[in-house]
This record gives sequence, structure tokens and C-alpha cells, in this order.
Amino acid sequence: MAQEVLPVKAPKTSKPLRRRHRTGDSWMPILTLAPSIGLLAIFVYGFIGWSGYVSFTNWNSFIPTLTWAGFRNYVTVLTSFRFQSDLRNIFFFTILFILGVLVVGLILALLIDQKIRAESLFRSIFIFPMAISFVVTGVIWSWLLNPTTGVNLILKSLGIPGPQWFLSTRFVPTIHLGQLSIGIPIALLAVVLAAVWQMSGFSMAVYLGGLRAIPEELKEAARMDGASAWRTFWSVIFPNLKGTTATIVVVEAAASLKVFGLIYAMTGAGQDFTTDMPNLNMFQTTFSGDAFAQGAAIAMLLLLLMAAFTVPYVLSVLRGER
Amino acid sequence: MVMRRINRTLVYGALIVAAILYLLPVYVVVITSLKSNASVSLAQMWNFPTHASFASLRAAWAQLAPNFGNSFYLAIPATLFSAALGALNGYALTKWKFRGANVLFFVILMGLFIPYQSVLIPLLRVMDSLGLYNSIPGLILVHTVYGIPITTLIFRNFYSLIPDDILEAAKIDGTGYWGIFRHIILPLSMAGFVVAGIWQFTQVWNNFLFAVSLTNPPNQPVTVALVNIAGSQTVQWNVQMASALLVSLPTLVVYIVLGKYFVRGLLAGAVKG
Repeated sequence: MAQEVLPVKAPKTSKPLRRRHRTGDSWMPILTLAPSIGLLAIFVYGFIGWSGYVSFTNWNSFIPTLTWAGFRNYVTVLTSFRFQSDLRNIFFFTILFILGVLVVGLILALLIDQKIRAESLFRSIFIFPMAISFVVTGVIWSWLLNPTTGVNLILKSLGIPGPQWFLSTRFVPTIHLGQLSIGIPIALLAVVLAAVWQMSGFSMAVYLGGLRAIPEELKEAARMDGASAWRTFWSVIFPNLKGTTATIVVVEAAASLKVFGLIYAMTGAGQDFTTDMPNLNMFQTTFSGDAFAQGAAIAMLLLLLMAAFTVPYVLSVLRGER
Repeated sequence: MVMRRINRTLVYGALIVAAILYLLPVYVVVITSLKSNASVSLAQMWNFPTHASFASLRAAWAQLAPNFGNSFYLAIPATLFSAALGALNGYALTKWKFRGANVLFFVILMGLFIPYQSVLIPLLRVMDSLGLYNSIPGLILVHTVYGIPITTLIFRNFYSLIPDDILEAAKIDGTGYWGIFRHIILPLSMAGFVVAGIWQFTQVWNNFLFAVSLTNPPNQPVTVALVNIAGSQTVQWNVQMASALLVSLPTLVVYIVLGKYFVRGLLAGAVKG
């Protein structure tokens, strides 16, 4: 990551420092880390284990009934119309959202990298949505994309009939699989739009760092060979952005699987769960429906999904450091 | 030369169009907030207000003011605590090489990649039995703990840029673990605290899941209050947009004043050493 070099001042050695046995300090790093490790051992790993245990019990009412239920909750969840809709939604949402932030972020980064004036102003404008809350974004965009107001008023004045946005119940394509419609829910596109507006500043910033890390000589050499800007991009610049792209994909996929406030504030579960997500399902199943064990089962499935790509990624980054 | 001029025009044209699109929601929020109940109408949504009225902002503030207090009372201590822990962890992980440092870092870092729904049920139970459910101190504890992974990551990146040579000299002088931290590392840590602090403050202020799960009125932070206002059928659009504007102001002001440091926190989330 490109970061400016720290201004390292020489330490003041005038202050007399007490002499100590160096060996006595060897335990200090571990003692320093102990409180944090202890807290995370309970609040992350302990609680995950506890949730996992709850997901195998009969605790599906207000009274905690911790008798063993085996995989019954998982079967209930996986065969429910709502969770199957969630899986379809999170699949399409993640793909469209990641494609959106990659394409928009890369285009913005390429434009900003053209040695332009007012570079920091443009950068600030594209990144500022990252500083506001997902629920603020949800509230604002639910009005902007309300079918009777907002963007549709502008489209109408241009003679274009506006879509139903997040109130649409259509799927493209519509393939029926039992009770479930497989296809991209049109309603979800409105949420993708808001999410890309909010998060593309991240991909732009990371791509900009990646572009600036490509040695000038490489681009110069391509130009000397008479390669067009288009050719230079695809054969010199883009291959050098592979690592950058992988980073963005993992971070944004993790963000996508965590999406909650945006949906909660913008659309809710939607008609026939067209905009529902596993996170919202878990929250409502657990706290509105008092089905704690089923809620825990949804959370565990979500955690597995997340771990499947974040664990290998973090391991590979840590290995690469050595 | 002509080609070059055309290219420049295209680049600036595209950037300006993109900037307008990004700022469009801001335009709508600001002009709607400045309209009074009488002049807000769906048909004139995009029009400038005929005269600026602060009635909507006043109405929004009347509803949100207590929640603003809650959010500041929550975000400031939670930010300080997790930044302090992050600095200690970053120092231990980078400046004192020991066996298992990477394993411990992995254990800490994975806390960043969990969907918080997977800890929510036990969290509520534990908070309840500690008497911290529906309290700001409870939320401070929760945000401090779940903030440790990102602040540790930020400080680990930051401290790995400080050359080890200056520590070696101090070690040879016999300066101990805490002496080095106090007299050498801490004076160099200002920028690290700014990056971690801004990032954590923004995250805690903007958080919704923990806030909605762990608090009831009157202890709710602003994000929950905003969703309650927006979800109510009786509140006009101008008051909703004014509320959204007010809720965003603290983090936006921090971003405008210290944007460079915010971006460094943002890039730290990319988990590249």
C-alpha cells in the first residue's frame, strides 16, 4: 500500500533510562496482547461456538429450550421459501455489486490518474459516501428511487417511463423452480445502485494506489513500441492490477455478505422477499419471531459462506508477508 | 496536439458528469431540508426552494437531539479505548518478534470478517446478565471489542513503517519494553491515532446492527432514531431528509477536515501488509 514515509525523528536519549534485564521483557508482547486476545476469544470465538450450539437445539420460542434437535433447524431453514429467496438475492447482489464497484472504481481511478487538476477535489467527491451510514444511504435512496418521485420525475420529463425500482416484482430471466423464481430480482437493482454509490470510493482509492504502483518505465516502453492507449491498458496496465482486483473482490464480498442497515432502511424484505437478505432474515426470525435456534442456524450458514473465501485470503496475505 | 486537447476535454467532461451524479443525492437532501412543510411537494422535488426555511431542520433536531447525545457519549469512549488497545497490539506484534506473532495476529484479524449476526444471540444474553443491555456503556464495550481487529491492523501497518534500527539502539542502552513504547513509539504515533480514531469514530457513529439490537428508547443512537423517523408514516419527506442530513454531519465534517487520514484508514481495510 502506498503510504508516505514517516518523519522519523531521532529519539531523545538525554533522559536517563533505567537498566533492565532484557530477558524479562520477552513475555511482555504476549502479556500486552492477552487482554485483546481474551476479549476476542469470548466475544468472537466463544460466541460463535455458543451460536453454533444454539443452532442445534429446540430453542424456537420465548423460553430457552436447550434440548438437542440435531440438524432439524438447518433443514427447516434450507427448505424455507424465505431462505431460498435470500440465497438467490445474496448471490445476485454480491455479483452485481462487485462488478459495479470494480468497473466504476477502475474508470474513476483511470480518469483521476490522467494528471488532472483539482485531483484531490474529485477524489473527495467520489469517496465521501463512505463516510456516511448505510441507513442514511437507505433513507435517501428509498426516496430518490421511489417510483412516484425522485429519479422517475426526471425520466418522465425526458419522456422515458421510469421503472418500478425496488417495488418491482419482476425477475430477469424468470425461471420457476418449485415455488421459487430464479433470476435477477429487478427490485434488487435499486439496492445495488445505492450500494455502488456508497462503496465505489473504496475500489477507486485501491485502484488508484495500484495504478500509481505500476512503474512509469513499463507504460513508457509500451508507448515507445507504438501501442495504442487501449492496447497499453489491456496488455500492460490491467495485468498489473490483478492483485489489486483480488483485494477489492474479497473486501467488497465481505461487505456484501454483511449488508443489513441498507436493506433495513431502504426496502425491508420486500414483496415475496425480493430484496430480503440472510442478515435481515436472521434478525427478524430471532428477535421478531423468537425462533432463536433457526436464527442461529441462518447465522452459521452465513458465517460458513463468509469464511469460505476470507480465511484463504487472509492466510495468503499473511504468508506473502514473510 | 489537437488530439491531446480533445482527450483532456473528454477526461474532464467525464469527471464532471461523474461528480454531478455522486453529488445528486446531496443536492436533493439539502434542498428538501430547506423546504417547509407547506412548500414540499412531490412534483417539485427537484426544484430549488423559493425561500430557505429552517423549520424542517428544527423539527428534525427536536426529535434527534437526545440521540445525538447518546451517539457522542458512545462513539468517543469506544474510539479511544479501541485505538489504545490497537496501538498496544500493533507495538507488540511488530517491534518484538516472537514465535506465534503471526498466529495471534490471524486470530485477532479474523474478527474483522465475521457477520455479526453469528455472535448476536450470545451477545444479547451476556449483555443482559451483566446488566449492560439497553445501556450506552454496554454499547461502548461491544464497539471497543469488535473494533480491536481493525485498530490492531491499522497500527500494525503503521508501526511496521518505523525502522527497527532506532529501537535496537535503545535496547542496547538497556531501555525496556514499556520505556521504548513510552519514549520512542508513542511520540511517533500521532498520525496512527488520527487514522485509527477517525476510522473507528465513523464506524461506531454509523453502526446500526448493534444499536438496534442492544438498545431501546431513550438510549438509542442516532442511526436507530433516523430509521424510526423514516419508518413512520406521519413524518414528511422534508423532515426525513433533514434528519438524514443532521445524522451525517458529524462524520462528514470529520471527513472534510481530515479526509487524507480517513482514506488511509479505508485502505487499511484492504488488509495488505
